[in-house]
Amino acid sequence: MLRLVGVAWWLQVKMRSRSAFDGLLSLLWPGFFATTIFMMFRQGDASGPALLSAAVGSSAMGIWSAVSTTSAFALQMERRQGTLELLVLAPQPFALLLVPLTLSMATIGAYSMVATLLWGRIAFGIEISIADPVAFVLAVVVTVFAIGMLGMLIAISSIRYRSAWAVGSALEMPVWLICGFLVAINDLPAWVRPLSAVLAPTWGVAAMRSAATGHSPWANLGWCLLTAASYGVIAVLVSRWMVHSARANATLALS
Amino acid sequence: MVRVAEPVIQVDELVRTFHTRRGLFRRSGKEVEAVRGVSFTVERGELFGLLGPNGAGKTTTIKMLITLLLPTAGRARVLGHDVVKDAHDVRGKVGYVFGGDRGLYERLSGLDNLRYFAELYGVPARESKQRVGELLELVGLVGREKERVEGYSRGMRQRLHIARGLLHRPEVLFLDEPSIGIDPVGARELRATVKNLVDAGTTVLLTTHYMFEADELCDRIAVIAQGRIVAQGTPADLKQQVTTGTVIEIEIFGLPDGVLEKVRAEPDVQSVVVDVQGQAQVLTVHAQPGADVLQAVMAHLEGSRFGRVITREPTLEDAYIELVNAA
Ligand SMILES: Nc1ncnc2c1ncn2[C@@H]1O[C@H](COP(=O)(O)OP(=O)(O)OP(=O)(O)O)[C@@H](O)[C@H]1O
Ligand SMILES: [Mg+2]
Repeated sequence: MLRLVGVAWWLQVKMRSRSAFDGLLSLLWPGFFATTIFMMFRQGDASGPALLSAAVGSSAMGIWSAVSTTSAFALQMERRQGTLELLVLAPQPFALLLVPLTLSMATIGAYSMVATLLWGRIAFGIEISIADPVAFVLAVVVTVFAIGMLGMLIAISSIRYRSAWAVGSALEMPVWLICGFLVAINDLPAWVRPLSAVLAPTWGVAAMRSAATGHSPWANLGWCLLTAASYGVIAVLVSRWMVHSARANATLALS
Repeated sequence: MVRVAEPVIQVDELVRTFHTRRGLFRRSGKEVEAVRGVSFTVERGELFGLLGPNGAGKTTTIKMLITLLLPTAGRARVLGHDVVKDAHDVRGKVGYVFGGDRGLYERLSGLDNLRYFAELYGVPARESKQRVGELLELVGLVGREKERVEGYSRGMRQRLHIARGLLHRPEVLFLDEPSIGIDPVGARELRATVKNLVDAGTTVLLTTHYMFEADELCDRIAVIAQGRIVAQGTPADLKQQVTTGTVIEIEIFGLPDGVLEKVRAEPDVQSVVVDVQGQAQVLTVHAQPGADVLQAVMAHLEGSRFGRVITREPTLEDAYIELVNAA
């Protein structure tokens, strides 16, 4: 199972990184985010920890944008290519096949994280002094995984609904807010907070910030993994139902 | 294990209706009855052909059997597993190859495509590499496997498809127009490959629009038209069901006036068609079943100059055309 995810992930990354056009976009896009955000924080006379927090948040935004807009669309692509049927035919839980798919997007999104941090350094002189580098890298990996899992939940609906790919784009910005990528969660209205708590990236970003500032990231990391794992369970159940429904409504192929 | 007596594929009054919707709010769609009560069985090790015109319901039937579509009514079992209740058990044991150039990852090489599907279909890690190599050899893609599929010709894609379908050594193979786009030499190799698989015990369900292919390969054939099976049997059976008997083709130089009418008037002659081929005219005479009209026909042609005279039995194509037209 791990091997399946590993090999499939690698081939997906290979496939996705081969389009020059996508590649260019995935570098430019986060560049724009980062610039906007750094300028805003500059204007607000932010410095030190606040800027670092912004850098971490905006790089997570880059990963999420890469995943949310493409994950739902990816299955539509598979459908168009005629490979969606072949995925369904594989004797594996469908959700498991989606993990490498969205994970590969998150991985490509993670490039954008590096790009953001470098950009912050070069153009804005933000010193990235990370208190606990090992924990920070770990937190990045877990966050990438968590964002991939959330992307998978989005992708699932497009097994059944041919036009569900729009859902991904619709969720792009709300998740920025709710997960506290930019704004502190405590500043959000109280009714939003439970929503933040069930979104795995919230915890991932919090862990990244803790590690960067020298606080203990482990509790946040734990929650991040736990919520991400629960998406896995949900995905297995929901995808089973979606595949069944797609077989009834003949939406696995284009014709 | 499957009991020896149980057929590998058992299809019982299978029905599939499609609803096509126009617009989001107007639910007034059209209903297409693609498959309307199809029944047949395929025994272990058999090569079963499903023939029929475009839109007859062949692909729809196959997709129900391999669990990509749910039947609207009826039942089907593959290797003893119900295609609705035990879909998961069916999936691991069947292979599916379809015609056309979709179903591949364009941006990956042929080799990577096979690697990916080998993982997906649970080919054990230590076997995977060897298996992929074997199959590349089998379909004649060795040397081109590192190139991206984007750059493959149609026939190369089709070959890759076939390799993909065989990766996990399926017990039952569904081939939906597998020879589309393949050159004559490749098509012959494909037929040999399919025969070898059947000899090794694989059960195959094949659809094709090439009658000679079906005739050469299939143990039994079902002809399907407008969602219903109109005839079933061995290729020989089907040829016999045809109402035409022996076919005589006579090449003649300068057909005298009035002879054609005389030949037509022969009691045992069913139909006569004249074709002009270069200098010659070719007379195709269909006799009534069981009748021998060669002598009688030749008597009318006394004094003319002949080329070839061929007497042949009706082909599967003759039978097919008649069956489909009658449906
Ligand atoms: N997803 C679908 N939605 C609506 N109608 C469909 C769908 N799939 C197939 N049909 C219809 O069902 C009928 C049977 O189609 P099918 O693809 O099974 O034919 P076929 O025998 O495979 O034909 P061909 O030889 O052209 O491949 C056709 O009228 C087709 O338009
Ligand atoms: Mg078809």
